[in-house]
Amino acid sequence: MCAVTYNQMVVSSVPPDDVDRLFQALADATRRDILGRAIETDLSVSALARHYAISLTAVQKHVAVLERAGLVRRERVGREMRVHAVRGRIQAVREQLDAYEQLWRHRVAAMDDLLTSPPTLSERKAD
Amino acid sequence: MPVIDVTKDEAALTFTVTAEFAADPARVWELYADPRQIERWWGPPGWPATFLEHELAPGGKSHYFMQGEDGTRYYGVWRTLEVDPGVSFSIEDAFADESGTPNEEKGWTSMTATLEPATLDGGVAGTVTVFVNRFNSADQLAEMLEMGMDEGMRQAMGQIDTILAEEAAERG
Repeated sequence: MCAVTYNQMVVSSVPPDDVDRLFQALADATRRDILGRAIETDLSVSALARHYAISLTAVQKHVAVLERAGLVRRERVGREMRVHAVRGRIQAVREQLDAYEQLWRHRVAAMDDLLTSPPTLSERKAD
Repeated sequence: MPVIDVTKDEAALTFTVTAEFAADPARVWELYADPRQIERWWGPPGWPATFLEHELAPGGKSHYFMQGEDGTRYYGVWRTLEVDPGVSFSIEDAFADESGTPNEEKGWTSMTATLEPATLDGGVAGTVTVFVNRFNSADQLAEMLEMGMDEGMRQAMGQIDTILAEEAAERG
């Protein structure tokens, strides 16, 4: 069962289309690294690009994917384009990660209830 | 607490849940094999499951739906691979439609459950069940778990916690 859809069922705070976009954005190691750096401090795209052995254009594309997912915002400051992380969105990602664990904790608690609670009326009738 | 461990392994793409129940393996097995019992724990909160078919036997098929309060239904199917009654079973799970045709695009995930007898405090007969959920590499959860284990991301998450705690304290 696709866990992301479960998460959409469990965590209502993120609309379904958003969830796909979020995880697609984060499925790439370079983009995760860019996001990590943008959380620490606002950075210009050119400053970010110095950390990677890829072209400035490629870095700009990664930033654009993160921006479409709502994980970062770009703002022009003077002559620079600065990138900063959107904290609320990153929290939403963690909620998704936690949701699958919550699903299983819920299941185990429900199983435990079934094992410890007396049979219901309908079950007794069935006997 | 019945859940004793949750482990996410990003390399093996597994999510393992270990739980301890105060009932012997024969009783716990009924929770998996009996459709009227599995439907009382399988669905997420607010999405109770109804099993239309459930055959926990090698080659067996299960067909179920989970229904939300607004009437929305998500259908799913299991195909059962291996079964050792009272000891273990392996299944594959996928989204499906009303007729039970699996959604191949979203793919299958697999789950193996094992049951081991255990003696609990006070000499009560119990069971330790281990659920190993395995995601195929194309699955989005695989990416999620990989991300969750990523050092950069973990640091980022830690920073967010600190920042939010500070902001809460300032508002406090």
